[in-house]
This record gives sequence, structure tokens and C-alpha cells, in this order.
Amino acid sequence: MELTLWTYEGPPHVGAMRIASSMKDIHYVLHAPQGDTYADLLFTMIERRGQRPPVTYTTFQARDLGGDTAELVKKNIKEAVERFKPKTLLVGESCTAELIQDQPGALAKGMGFDMPIVNLELPAYSKKENWGASETFYQLTRTLLKEKVSSSEKISPLRWKELGRRPKVNILGPSLLGFRCRDDVIEIQRILSEQGIDTNVVAPLGASPDDIERLIDAEINICLYPEIAEASCEWLKRNFGMEYTKTIPIGIKNTIEFINEVHKKLDLPLTNKKELENKSKLPWYSKSVDSNYLTGKRVFIFGDGTHAIAAAKIAKEELGFEVVGLGTYSREMARKVRATAKDLNVEALITNNYLEVEDAMKKASPELVLGTQMERHSAKRLGIPCSVISTPMHVQDVPARYSPQMGWEGANVIFDDWVHPLMMGLEEHLIDMFKHDFEFVDGHQSHLGHTSTSTKDFLNSDEKEEKNSKEGIIWTESGRAELTKVPFFVRGKVKTNTEKYAILRGIPEISDETLYDAKAYFS
Amino acid sequence: MSKVEFNKETGPREVFCGLTSIVWLHRRMPDAFFLVVGSRTCAHLIQSAAGVMIFAEPRFGTAILEEKDLAGLADAHEELDRVVNDLIARRPEIKTLFLVGSCPSEVIKLDLATVAEKLNKRFLGQVRFVNYSGSGIETTFTQGEDGALKALIPLMDSSNEEKLLLVGTLANNVEDRFKKIFKNLGISNIESFPPRQSTELPKIGKNTKVLLTQPYLSDTVRDLKHRGCEIISAPFPLGIEGSTEWFLAAAKAFKINELKVHEIISPLINRAKLALESHKEILKGKRLFLLPESQLEISLARFLHNECEMDLIEVGTPYLNKDLMKEEINLLPDNTKIVEGQHVEKQLDRVRESNPDLVVCGMGLANPLEAEGISTKWSIEMVFSPIHGIDQAADLAGLFSKPLRRNQILTTKTLVTH
Repeated sequence: MELTLWTYEGPPHVGAMRIASSMKDIHYVLHAPQGDTYADLLFTMIERRGQRPPVTYTTFQARDLGGDTAELVKKNIKEAVERFKPKTLLVGESCTAELIQDQPGALAKGMGFDMPIVNLELPAYSKKENWGASETFYQLTRTLLKEKVSSSEKISPLRWKELGRRPKVNILGPSLLGFRCRDDVIEIQRILSEQGIDTNVVAPLGASPDDIERLIDAEINICLYPEIAEASCEWLKRNFGMEYTKTIPIGIKNTIEFINEVHKKLDLPLTNKKELENKSKLPWYSKSVDSNYLTGKRVFIFGDGTHAIAAAKIAKEELGFEVVGLGTYSREMARKVRATAKDLNVEALITNNYLEVEDAMKKASPELVLGTQMERHSAKRLGIPCSVISTPMHVQDVPARYSPQMGWEGANVIFDDWVHPLMMGLEEHLIDMFKHDFEFVDGHQSHLGHTSTSTKDFLNSDEKEEKNSKEGIIWTESGRAELTKVPFFVRGKVKTNTEKYAILRGIPEISDETLYDAKAYFS
Repeated sequence: MSKVEFNKETGPREVFCGLTSIVWLHRRMPDAFFLVVGSRTCAHLIQSAAGVMIFAEPRFGTAILEEKDLAGLADAHEELDRVVNDLIARRPEIKTLFLVGSCPSEVIKLDLATVAEKLNKRFLGQVRFVNYSGSGIETTFTQGEDGALKALIPLMDSSNEEKLLLVGTLANNVEDRFKKIFKNLGISNIESFPPRQSTELPKIGKNTKVLLTQPYLSDTVRDLKHRGCEIISAPFPLGIEGSTEWFLAAAKAFKINELKVHEIISPLINRAKLALESHKEILKGKRLFLLPESQLEISLARFLHNECEMDLIEVGTPYLNKDLMKEEINLLPDNTKIVEGQHVEKQLDRVRESNPDLVVCGMGLANPLEAEGISTKWSIEMVFSPIHGIDQAADLAGLFSKPLRRNQILTTKTLVTH
């Protein structure tokens, strides 16, 4: 049993709903009680969808449990098929139905329908939303393509040459309730098309079962979101020999690497290599003198695996930030996140518990937080600017304007979204100059009003009640005076480090000199 | 009783389960914690319905069942013990802890009553434990509050003192208004259930006169009757008419002259009628379809027809207690079509066929209906907004006129091009 106040991911059947709702001509019969219908509002409210998710809930009640819930399942399947006439039917159960073991998938298969039926077994007590989405997409792909496995020859990435046409790829992984998927797909298609590469199928977003059957008309797969598509890409590779890409095109370096990877796989000469650097404004904006102030900004990153890893790379290599924390809620991506964290010399935080994330955030005293909606709220409480980079998301993460995360435009969006919550370079310079004037207050961090008085409460607590450290070390007048001169956004860190140093050296009282000793020691 | 048409329907539904009521219950009693014993779905549901993220640490959470908890119930009880211990260590300010059953905990027959009993002994004098079920296999939306209140009744001491007991969660400001008005009427001993502090439960007995503020409390009413309370039969205090009848019924129970009631509330009524005018102008003659969710539908239909002159196409309700709703049903126009239960697909067919001007529905259905050109009002707003009483009648009407007014603004050209 796990105490949860707030969860980053929903249950696995919500993942299945994301696949079903992303696609056309599919219907999902979910053996579930009435309360599970709440999940519809994720799509209609957060994504502002004008259609209901294609889901029928069997709505069993306590009084049905003694009787024949299997009949209820069959009745709902029959009605759903007659009413919605899907080309493929998904059948599954939510957490409660899993316990009563009606096996709705098997029941559906025994009802004599012509259409393909995908039996979804998604263990609700051990797995979560992204896993459920991945498994659903995989089972669907497998069901619709398995008959073609034996008859097909392995697909060579070079097949396009023999066929005398432009190379074709599939873009796999984008789904509803994924982070900026709608716009990422447009951006990636545009980039591929510029390189003379055609998109065969985008799935699951906007695809029909017919499109899934056409996946094997492409030479390779673009695995855009491994959380959703890696299992399917692996299956297509194993059974049809289709290669798939590993690079996620978020950030300039990764976008260029992605383009290289695609070209290499397809054996397509890359003719415009030089131009690529100039496709986005990010490199120049980052190079321009105003961005000098970005150097070494302390950034704390938490999100799904894909976006967190990409953010760490951009932060460090493209914006010159210092990554002071990196983590994910996604156990499936823990290995990859740990590896990146190791490269960055930080300890990866793998947790489901947002309070742990908030604690880690506090300890790291970052100047910018890149996280989910949850971290946005935590950062707000701590008075730290934040930009949202990953699901779980909120209605404001589905902006009206075109705002991808991937490709050239994605890099532009990221530059603006991450830098605007901070202060402009010249502004910081001026504030630094005038900070001892009486008009200046610590809240003067951003012209966008991201700060709150809680900055003061959180980092300046030593100025009020907390005169001495928890370990009983005394801060002398001179020590405290010196501490207040430290810029507020690193003050917490300096305080902790100095106390750590004092303990290490057995110094009972911290004076201004101790502060400088500690600074020298840790630098 | 007016000639109302009763129908029943079964099939796939589109409603919240009883767990959702935690969202307003925890706000009413800031010293209580609601611990759902359930699945990740339960946790996800509450946070999706409540937008939990804004809280640093909400006063509700879910003990999520894992595979090993399903394997052996004994272990599950032990695990729950551990979770509760951790929780109380972390939140020592909690005075009452509600163990809330869910669909999975009901199906595996996790015995929360026994767990609560054991915990009560261990934390005697520190925290009280009560249990109820908010599961979707037994309860719909507001019925969760019914379960929570029913669970508190055994903790209420007996007293034969004469008092008026308002039963059902009210917004604090509305509650204050009601108490002031009752005091002016000459009823001085007034208490509320649920109280604002979970530890300050009212005492009840044969001289307790219960006046319901919410229509979804069937089980609570039954248990209060068992404790000897007198239930005052009245419509619910929504709109001017309902509130007036409600005050009159209370006055009658306390043998207060009807004229006195009119004397005190007539200025309120006049003021409210004036405020209602602009909304009525928009709502008049518009056709209304209410989908089932909160059990407030019948009272809302009565208000919107009788006071705002809307036409009623269909009044859905997840559950109908004809006895409790008798006074309301009497006030409905003849031939009102009430449908208890739901087959969401068939009901949406009827919505489309009847071409309503406004549909009251859950959040899952609102945007899809709007996309089809049908204006909607989310039913969840009724349980979060202060809508009770004469003073709030115009605000209540405003909840319904707003979507229509907005639609009108967006579809009319008002500024010329210069």
C-alpha cells in the first residue's frame, strides 16, 4: 500500500484511453464502474476536445456483482459495436473489474464479430498510465499486423532506392495528453519533408486501424516518444526488420543528431548539413551577449524520462546552465535518466512522491525549475521561476498557438519559455549594481512577476527566528550580515554549505570569515 | 402531487462516484483527513476533479492498493495500519480520519469498520476514525456526503434539548445567513451537520428538528430518524420559492407564526426578485435538459421553471427518493419528465433530438455538446458555489444564464467597422 496525495500518472487503462482517443474508427469497451467515467474530462477539459473519448463503460454496480456481470459486458459490447461501428475494438477492464475476472476480452472474441478485437490486459495494481498506453499501442499494432509477419520479407531501410521513390518513414508515439505532441508532429514532418523524406503514417495520433496496417509501407520508424512507442518499434523491428530512431529531436544538438541518424539509416546523403545550425534562433540567442547572464544558472529538472533527459542536455550544452537536479517519475525510464544524471554529476531522483521532489528542489536551491504542473506549483510556493516541460499537464499546456518542443521551432519555443521567467541580462546587471539601494527588494527577480514573498520566507528564514542552525551552530552578527549580502537565490545553498563546513571543522560559531573559508573550501 | 412522469433507465453512465464529495467535505471540516483506500484510479479521479495541485499537502489522499495487498487481506490490514501511522505522524493536527472505501476495497471486502475500530482504540483521545464507502459501485457523486454524514451519527451524543439542525454541507457564508434569519424568526438554538470542526458534532435526540439543506441525504435521514430526530418535510432552499417554503416549514415545526416569517423574509424576497429579473430575461422560454449527476436536478428544474420560466424537456437524476423529494415534486409543473438512472448514449440521442437551449451535464460531456452547438452548464459547479437561500437566487440563476449570455455575445456583431 502506498500513500499518495497526488499522482504523476493515472492508471494504465487511462493510457489505453489515450491511444483509443487519439485514433479514428476505434472503440474501447471498458469494464468499469460509473466513477471511472471521470477520465473523459481529461480529454474534453484539458485537451478541450470537442468529441467524447470513444469509450463505453459497462457501469457495473454492487448489485450486479452477485449476478451475471459477464452478461452486462456482452450487452455493452454488442450495443457499442452496433452504435459506433468501429473498425477495431479494444476491450479491457479497469482496476475493479480486474478483481472480478470476467475476462471481457475473451468474451468479446466469442461474440462472432468480424472486426479485429484487441484484448487488453493492463495490470492496474502494478502498472501506470504510460505503460498502459505503450502496451495498448503495441497490442493494437501486433493484432493488426501479425498476419503479415510470415509473408513479409524483412524491410530494408534502403528499399526506397529499389522502389525508385522518396524514402518513407512512420512517426510513432504522439498521442493525446502527451506534451505538445500535436505540434511536434507538424515540426518533425516539416523537417523530414525538407530532407526529401515522406511521412507514411503518424500513429496513434490521427491514425485509423487501416493506417496501422500500412505501417510496413515505410522503410523505418521514427520513435518520437519512447514511453509510448518503443515497445511497438521493437516489435516491428523484430518481425519486419524495420529500424527505428533512438535520438529524440528536442534541442538543436539532438535535432541535428536526429537528422543525421535518419539519413544514416536510410543511406540518404545529407546535403544541407551547414544550414542546419541556422534553422533555429536558439544558438544565436544563446550566444548573443545578453545571454551571458544565463551562464551557470542553477536549474532543477523533473518530468517524464524523455523530456527530462532532453531538458538536461539543452540546459547544459545549449544554454550554459548548471543542472543541479534531475529526476523522473517514470520507473520505465529510470535507467536512462540515471545515466544522464551521472554524466552531469548529480544524483538522479526517481520518485512518485511530489513532496520528495519539492524537498529536493528546496535543497538544490535552483534559480529555475523545469518540471511538470506539480513542480510548477511547488516552485511557486518556493518563489522560484518555473517552466513546464512535461506531462502531467494542465489546460494551459495545450496552447492555442503553434508551440512544439521538437525541432527548430521547438528550440525557439524552449528558449523563450525557459528564459522569459528569468530576468533579462541587462536587468540583472542593473539590479546587481543597485541592490543596496533602499528601493530594492529581494522580490526583484523577474519582470514577469513569478516571485512571491515566500522567497523571503524560504531562503531568508535565518534573518528572523532561525538564528542558529539545527545542529546548534551559532551564527554570529558578522556571519549573518555577510550572509544577507549573498544574492538571495543562492543564499540557502551558501547557508547550508557554510554550516556543513563548520560541522566538518568543528567550528561552533560562524562569522563572516567562516563564510569565506567555506566558500574557498567548496569552490 | 402533480402529474409527473417517472421513468427509469439503466445502461452505461457518465457520472462521478461518491469519492468526489471529499472535495467539498474536507473544506467544510478543516480538522479532518479523508483517506481513500483504493486504487491509482481513485487517486487520479479526485485530483482530476479537484485540481489538487494547488495544495501543498491536501487533507485527502489515497492508500493505493498494490498487488501484494490483494494477495492476503491480513497483510492489507497491516499495511493500512502502517499508512495510517505514517499519516498521523506527519499530520498531528488531524482530529478525525475518515477511512473511505472504494470500488476495489469493497470488492475484495476490506473490512474498514474493523480497522477503524482498532485504530480508535490505539489513538484514543487523539484521533477518531470513521469509515464509509464512496465507491462507484454503490454511490454516485453527492451520495458520498450521505455516507460520510451517516458514519458520523453514531459519534453524536444524545440530548433532548430542542434545536434546529441544518443537515447537509453549506458554504460558510450561506450558513451564517441562514442562522441569522432563523434567529430573527425566534429560533435560537441552531446547529449544522456537518459542523465546521469535525470534533464539534451536534448532540441529537427527540427534540431535534432536522431541516435538510441538500436533497441527497437519504441514509443520513434514516439514521437521524432512528435517533429520534424529527424530519421537517420541505422543499430545498434553492431559489426564492424553495427557500421561502423551507423557512416556513421550519417555522411551523417551531410553532412560529407564518406572518412573522413573511415579515422577515419579504424584504429579502423583493430584493431577490429584482436581482433575478435580468437573468430571467435571458432564461425565459429557453428549453432545458438536465442530465443526472448531483441529485440537485429536481430542485434546480423546479427553480428554473417556476422562477426563471424555462421549459423543462427532461430532468435526469441518478437516484430518486420519492419520499424525500415529495415536496419538490409537488412544485414541478404537470407532465415533467423525470428519468432516474442513465443510459448515456440513449439520453444523448434524446438531447440531440430535442434540440435544447441549455444542457446541465458533467464535465466529460460539456465540450463535446458545445462542439455540437449546444450550450451547457457543468453540474459540478452547483456543489462548489454558494447557491442556497433567497439571497443567492440570482447567483444561482446566473450560473445558467451565463453560458447563454456568452453564446449570445460571441454570435452577435455589435461593433461596426469604422
